[in-house]
Amino acid sequence: MALKVADYKTGVHNDWCPGCGDFGIVNALQMSLAEMGIERDRTAIFSGVGCSGKTVHFVNTYGIHTLHGRVLPFAQGAKVANPDLTVVAVGGDGDGLGIGAGHFVAAGRRDIDFTYIVFDNGVYGLTKGQASPTLKLWEQPKSLPKPNINYNVNPIGLAITSGYTFVARAYSYDIRHLKSMIMQAIAHKGTSFLAVLQPCPTYNDINTRDWYAGLDMEDAVSRHSRIYKLEDTGYDPVVHYASESEMDEKLSQALIRSLDWGDKIPTGIFYKNETISTFSQRIQTNIPNYPENPPSRQSISKDGKPTVDISNIVQSMLIS
Amino acid sequence: MESVTSVNVHCLILQPVVDSVTDFTWLIGGPQGSGVESAAVIFSQICAKAGYFVFGKREFHSNIKGEHSYFAVRLSDKMIRSSSSGVSLMVSYDAETIFRHYSTITKGGAIIYDSDLNHIKAEDVSTLDKYYFKRMCADLDNDHPTVEDVLRKVADNDVVAYPVSFKELLADMAESHNNPRLRVMKRMYNVMGVSLAAGLIQLPKELLIDAVRGVFAKKRVIADLNADAATHSYNVASNTMTSTPFTLHAIEKTPNLMLVQGHLGTSLGKLAAGCRFQSYYPITPASDESVYLEANGTLPNDTGQSDAVVVVQTEDEISAIGMMIGAALTGVRSSTSTSGPGFSLMAEALGWAGINEVPVVLTLYQRSGPSTGLPTRHGQDDLLFAVFAGHGEFPRIVYASGDIEESFYDTCSCFNYSDVYQLPVIHMMDKFLSSTTMTCPAFDPSKVTINRGKLLDGVEGEYKRFQLGGDGISPRSYLGLKDGIFWNTGDESDEVGHITEDPVVRQMMMDKRLDRLDLILQQVPDAEQAVSHATGEYTIISWGSTKGPILDALEMLQQEGITVGFVQIKMLHPFPTECVQRLLNGARVIIDVESNQTAQMGKLFAQNLNIPINHYILKYTGRAMTCEEIRDSLLDIIHGTSPKRRILMHGA
Repeated sequence: MALKVADYKTGVHNDWCPGCGDFGIVNALQMSLAEMGIERDRTAIFSGVGCSGKTVHFVNTYGIHTLHGRVLPFAQGAKVANPDLTVVAVGGDGDGLGIGAGHFVAAGRRDIDFTYIVFDNGVYGLTKGQASPTLKLWEQPKSLPKPNINYNVNPIGLAITSGYTFVARAYSYDIRHLKSMIMQAIAHKGTSFLAVLQPCPTYNDINTRDWYAGLDMEDAVSRHSRIYKLEDTGYDPVVHYASESEMDEKLSQALIRSLDWGDKIPTGIFYKNETISTFSQRIQTNIPNYPENPPSRQSISKDGKPTVDISNIVQSMLIS
Repeated sequence: MESVTSVNVHCLILQPVVDSVTDFTWLIGGPQGSGVESAAVIFSQICAKAGYFVFGKREFHSNIKGEHSYFAVRLSDKMIRSSSSGVSLMVSYDAETIFRHYSTITKGGAIIYDSDLNHIKAEDVSTLDKYYFKRMCADLDNDHPTVEDVLRKVADNDVVAYPVSFKELLADMAESHNNPRLRVMKRMYNVMGVSLAAGLIQLPKELLIDAVRGVFAKKRVIADLNADAATHSYNVASNTMTSTPFTLHAIEKTPNLMLVQGHLGTSLGKLAAGCRFQSYYPITPASDESVYLEANGTLPNDTGQSDAVVVVQTEDEISAIGMMIGAALTGVRSSTSTSGPGFSLMAEALGWAGINEVPVVLTLYQRSGPSTGLPTRHGQDDLLFAVFAGHGEFPRIVYASGDIEESFYDTCSCFNYSDVYQLPVIHMMDKFLSSTTMTCPAFDPSKVTINRGKLLDGVEGEYKRFQLGGDGISPRSYLGLKDGIFWNTGDESDEVGHITEDPVVRQMMMDKRLDRLDLILQQVPDAEQAVSHATGEYTIISWGSTKGPILDALEMLQQEGITVGFVQIKMLHPFPTECVQRLLNGARVIIDVESNQTAQMGKLFAQNLNIPINHYILKYTGRAMTCEEIRDSLLDIIHGTSPKRRILMHGA
């Protein structure tokens, strides 16, 4: 029987603020999983801590709500031990790019086959609106006693330079596009990074839904949504063949695009590269049968005794 | 509390341990990177193959090249489990070794040294630190001592010196092999040193050559050169060094012994126990285990295929513990190995594993803290931290192994405990164990059992990961199991794993998790909780790697007709109060022996038992205890001449 979106919903009460951008993300995630027909018990969703951390409780798959900033290690450990799982990690921008930034960089270097979605709203909502790493210098959302005196992290740029092989951005109020981005991210072989612009209606009174829609622009004639799609501009994010110059070119154009902000904010896929080896393939150089016999498929005991034999190693240490 | 320490370098009064047995310690020292360890491996192998029991201990600085390191190899014709304070024969091809260790050479001992070093002044040895320099000058009553001065001093103690010009030895070899390249092969000083020693004490030459070839097996040319150097040096020693104070001929071998390095107990234990995922961040002295698993973790299984442990080097220890937990959630036995600083970073995630009842084994190779502390030196100062690490209250087991052999079987037990009781297990090891090479009875994999507890292989009907009732330990599904969906959260949760702040559910969940501590003490066999090695009016309580030196000290006292009891506590948390109480029945004077400043286990003991601790024998210099130190401290206690707190100081 085909799975429906409803099958991916739990009955858990959702306590996000009315109008929160997170709703769009969890809906799009459930729709994506249903549309891709991914078995619920073959899927594990991991989350960090913060409003976005609650996501896993609303999705009817295996759901692991980890620690603040630590979603990536947990998710990667599970995927390496059991590569048959579809693994999606979610977390806020503070979680992933503040406290968890070290893990963010390291995950890109590995390129394990899983998807990481960052809910980017510029504030720490659950602790009442402090500045997050993506908030721009001198901006002052309503909970800040003084303007922000830190420069912002560029999530797309950081992902590109850290080795992520799929880097994209979406907007939580464009669910169709968001769903398409999530599906492509999950389908990608390697680590996919998807930054979702997600207004916090309670604490971020700068990057609001109206602001993204461009309603604040003074000139009514040229007023337009700040969000545009890279694919509508003929942008080609794909590394088509394994050569350094091709990669450099695609990396550079993605990095330049990642700097765009203000009146024109690109969404869509910035960079996609399936020409380099995944972590699974790299493990195979040491453990050739890793794909057929990963840790999760090994039955370590039979009738209470180990199934592997270490007697040769012990023999080699005997004094002869 | 009164406290006594002794820091004088020549305070040792050493007696032969027991007249009728061989008890011999060989020491080689040199700058790090000069092959001290290779020389010691060679010497240990010869002695083991010649039938002796071997106990070797490595000491080194936090440095790659240049600082002083040394290796002391003790051997005997009976079982030994610790280092001795004294050195019977020292080999030094650098001046620093002579300056640092001269005072430990026993009366009637010997030293083989490079005679080209004779005029070197201690003040010109840049790696000799000022603190030791000052103590040495005081001992020698000389502000500008040279190697010769030191040798004169040890000659007063009937130490026989064998000067050998290593440079001339190389020149001789170059000439006799018609190979001028040999003349500058200073890199072979280590092999020459060990070979001179082997020749002097008349260990079988063929064992020496085998061992040398074994160490350089990967490079044929180097192996040939070193084998030639070994033969030449051995012959020089056996032909020219007369009036040798000792000979060590081959003796009958004890069957079923192996020569094993410290980390192999936990490494092989993990392989046998079915650990198939290990994440780690590099740290001394824990990384050896992970590196070994990565290199040797593919093994034949019962179907003719191979199983392998996946080892992931992470970006930090927070990631190491996070990945381990993630892997464990897939039903895979998972582990990490770290030392104090790394464990500090793991504290938060440890609590996550606790609240979510995730079975993981964390191997904690302690070293001296706090902070970076003495990063390459020994200590047992993380016990209370292991027991209390992490915020909030959650169940864990803290378990300590006393020696390498135990650590193999204990590693397997730790995985069983973690699966059966669904909690994190912290397996306490330390630098002393990790840097030991010793002979011990061969590990017996057939004694290993695997108990996965309530791990499910299928689910029928509605599944609740944290189902209440029964003994509080719920059937465990894992990520990817059909129909076994569950949720985990670091928040308090209900039976399914969803967040709740309900006070009644909270109370039930807290009890569910923590009640298992009593269950553990009821179900784990007494012999796995604490072990009584001997009973007596005077009884030692201790834990971990002090076991070896304590047992050796007790044997020495036994030879003098003195019996001292010893209870080794292996389960440190939950604390096995009843078991320990039973084992201490009849003991009048309790002596706590630990390698830390604050007697951490003694504090746990005092929390749980209404028995006073009468004496403490403590050491926190970063060096392991020797058997003589413990013997002498016990004698003082028995004679009524010991302070309440005895601080041990031996070791360079």
